[in-house]
This record gives sequence, C-alpha cells and structure tokens, in this order.
Amino acid sequence: MSPDLDYIAWFGIDWPVEVEWALVKTGQILAIMILLLISLAFLLLFDRKVWAAVQLRKGPNVVGPFGLLQSFADFFKFVFKEIVIPAGANKTVFILAPLITFVLAFVAWAAVPWGPGIVIADLNVGILYLFAISSLGVYGIIMGGWASNSKYPFLGGLRSAAQMVSYEVSIGFIIITVLLLVGSLNLTDIVDAQREGIWMWHGFRLFNVQEFPSNLLVGAIMLAMLVMFFVSALAETNRPPFDLPEAESELVAGYQVEYSSTPYLLFMIGEYLNIVLMCAMTTILFLGGWHLPWGPVDHPALGMLVFYVKLWIMFFMFAMVKAIVPRYRYDQLMRLGWKIFLPTSLVAVAAIAYYVTFMQPAAAITAGG
Amino acid sequence: MLAAIAFYVLAAVAVISAFAVIAARNPVHSVLFLILTFFTAAGLFVLLGAEFLAMLLVVVYVGAVAVLFLFVVMMLDVDFAELKQGFLSYMPVGALVAAVLLAELVLVAFAASGARGAPLAIAETSGGVTNAEAIGLVLYTEYLLAFQLAGLVLLVAMIGAIVLTLRHRPGVKKQDISAQVGRRRSEAVELKDIRPGQGLG
Repeated sequence: MSPDLDYIAWFGIDWPVEVEWALVKTGQILAIMILLLISLAFLLLFDRKVWAAVQLRKGPNVVGPFGLLQSFADFFKFVFKEIVIPAGANKTVFILAPLITFVLAFVAWAAVPWGPGIVIADLNVGILYLFAISSLGVYGIIMGGWASNSKYPFLGGLRSAAQMVSYEVSIGFIIITVLLLVGSLNLTDIVDAQREGIWMWHGFRLFNVQEFPSNLLVGAIMLAMLVMFFVSALAETNRPPFDLPEAESELVAGYQVEYSSTPYLLFMIGEYLNIVLMCAMTTILFLGGWHLPWGPVDHPALGMLVFYVKLWIMFFMFAMVKAIVPRYRYDQLMRLGWKIFLPTSLVAVAAIAYYVTFMQPAAAITAGG
Repeated sequence: MLAAIAFYVLAAVAVISAFAVIAARNPVHSVLFLILTFFTAAGLFVLLGAEFLAMLLVVVYVGAVAVLFLFVVMMLDVDFAELKQGFLSYMPVGALVAAVLLAELVLVAFAASGARGAPLAIAETSGGVTNAEAIGLVLYTEYLLAFQLAGLVLLVAMIGAIVLTLRHRPGVKKQDISAQVGRRRSEAVELKDIRPGQGLG
C-alpha cells in the first residue's frame, strides 16, 4: 500500500495520490467503453450486411449513406419503447438479468491489451480473468429465462446453461495448451511470445521451419486448437450454428421472449460484446495480438490499429458462419462438446506438455519453470 | 485508502449476502445471494494479493458449481409453506453447528495471531515469482501426495455417481451416430413404379 504521505496539489487543495489514479483509470475505462460501443454499432451493421450479401440482398441501406446509421436508428427505437414486465415475472431478477449480461460483457475488457502498453489492468492472471468473466455470462441468460416465468424462456435458459458449461470445459483445456507454450498467464506476455512473426503465432506454428521435426507436431495440434477454440467460441456465445437457446423455430426467441425495449437492448449489446471479446481472445491467444505477420510492432497506435483490424477479421468469420452454416440439433451439440472436443483437447494438452518438457529448444523455454 | 474502501465494501456485501442466503424466502434468490457471496470472497482474495486463488474461485465455484446448483434449484417445485413448517425444530442442531464453527474460527484466529504476537500477516511470494507459479511450486513438490489423493477422491466420487445412476435397460432405442452418418441413399430410399389404380398392396 502506498504511504499516506503522497499528495498531489490541485486547485490549491492537497489530494491523496489515489484520487489522481482513480480519475486516470476512470478516463481510460470511459475511453474503452465509448470505443467499444461505437465499434459495436458498426459491427452490428457489418454483421447484417455480410448476412445480406451472402443471401444476395442489400441489407440495411436506408438510414444514412450505405445504411451506416442504421444501428443508431435502432438504438433510439429501442430506447423510446415501453418497458413491459410480465405480471407473473420475478421483477427484481427480471430487471437484473440484462444488467448483469451488459456489465459482465464490459468488465471483461478491463484486462484485454489493445496494443503495447494499452491495457487498463495488466493482470498477472489476465487469461484466467477473461475465462472467469466469460463463464459468468451464463447467469444473465439463466436468470432472464427463469425470471420471465414462462415456458419458452425457461427452456431457452436451461439449454443455454447446459451448453455454455459444456463448452467452457474444452475452452479451458484449449487455453491451457497456449499457456503451456507461453509459460505465463499474463495476456501481454502471451502476445509478446508471438512477436517474431506469423510462424510464432500459436495458430500457425506449422510455419516455424527452424524447429523442423517438432513444428509438425505442435503446428498441427495448435491449428486444430485454433479451429476448436473458434467453434467453442461460437457455442459459448450462443451464435449460429449453436444458437439453440434462441432457436426461433422451436423456442421463439428463447430467454429473450418476454424482454422488450431497453432490457432487450442490453441483452443484445451484451451478447455482441461477448462475441467481440471472443474475437479478441482468439486474436490474443492464436493470432499474434497486435503484432504483424512479418514482424513485431512496438508503436502503441500502430499496435492498436493492427489489433483492431484483426478483431474485425475475426468478426467477419463469425458473421460468415452465421450466414452459411445451418443450425445444429441440440443432442449433436452436446455430443460434439463432450465426446469430441473434450477428449481431443485433453490429448492436445498432454502432447503440448510433452513437447514443452522434452522437445522444445532450451533457449526458447521462458522464465519460470 | 482505496484498498481499505474496497475491503470494507466487499466485506459488508459478503456478510450481508451470506445472511441473505439463509434469510431469503425464495430458494432461487438464496442461490443468487450465494453466488454474490462467492464473488465478493474472490474480491477479498484479490485484495490479499492471491489473484490466482480468486480467479479459481470464480471459475470453479461461480462459473460451474453454482450454475449447476441454480439449474437444479430452478427445476425443483418446492412448496415454500411446507418447507417453513419444521423450521424451528432444526433450530437447536443448527445453532450447535454454528456455535462449533464460530468457536473453531475464533480459536484459530487467536492461535495464529497469538503465536506471532501480531495480526495475521500475508505471506509475500518471493520476488519475481507470480502467484500461480508459487502455488505450483509447492503443490507439485511438497504437497504432491495430498494433491493426487484429492484428485483420486474426486474420481471415486464421479465413478460412484455414474455407477449409482447408470442402468442398462434392454430394448432402449439408442442413436448410433456412425450408422446415421454412414447411411447411403441406396440403403435408405427405394423407388417403386406404381401403376395407376393399383397401389402398393
């Protein structure tokens, strides 16, 4: 703890130095939040445009040039509608559920590094923090489903809880493979372990020809892990083809049926922010974070731009999957999670551990072990 | 100063929500308060500098165990009035358990602070070693046997649960995924040439 002697003089009054720290952090948090919300407005439009383009439609194109302002129009429409709370609903939990989804979706971004040194909280356990917060996302959905006191939302909430808990297991193991290669839980360290170039990115270790025989093992496994992480991310965020909690042909809109107006908007923003968070996690873990494919980036602004572009590329993948892949059946989804992804990722953890212990060149072993 | 504010806020929320777990009338509210208690406990761990433990607490208890808890409680169709009836008869037993727990806590606290002659201090990890590494270094060396035994106990519990619930019943229709996927058109579709007015008969 800092001693009580540190003071800073503002406006002729001595303030404890913590006040300055708190103000700076609040400013950083606000900046990230505004950046995220504005990005989200255009990501939503991008999602719809990609979906439309795949189906040979034009998509939203009325509000503003190319429909660029569509999300803002939608925002005002949501906000000005009446909030309807069903008579049989558990009011407190009903209102709390979208708030929890919304807040948790933002809280996770505190630990995400946007560029070299651009991070609100550079946690030692950063990746665990992201994992923990994303595993909490299920509460908003299950609480919303239960509090609505209605059949479809309840079934949707139950489905979602089972689905998210199942895929968290394999996501955890996939994260462990990356952690074994890096030797640190810190997100900045994870990104910097991939700074050399695309051959060091965890998703593309296959290109690391300097380590010739062993790069085939690690490369193949990590490429598989990248694909599995992407699929698990789809399931974890309830995106198509795994959007069974809100499968409109069976459950109308799942846990969201009874929600309207701003609470619905909060759910939707939270859901999309979680998708963007998963894009960020994929970028950090497998795609080199803010580093370029041909070399490291140390300039904060350039790093942030590279990271941002990678986010959009990953989001494009999410949008394409939504447009192209038909929906899974629920038992197939559970089978995929427990009978295929879980054993595969478990074997991958063992294989990567073997590589790190016996095959990795001595110079590459990071500090700690 | 900020740490002190955070501690008092977290501690107050933890105590109040822990009380609300037993005071809430609705079992689902109880579980939600329990989750809040876990979460604030994780916050207290962070204040102690044990961020790895805090994250594990959130991932394991809040993210997985409590979800399943909530899952089960939501599915139960409990009659609250009936549940409340026998409440007072459990009171002596409950009070006894609470008294024993309290006595243990006080004894441990006194013993720990009395031995050092000072309030409990936080054991700092030696320089440069993060929390997770410090735990790993003792867990896989000094406490390896205990760690493996704990894992074994969990494995036994899991196998026990499976054995108790798994029943092989004859005549149950099951999906054979490989048979479904491996089905060809020639096995599934048969074309018949039906003459008008005759049918398949």
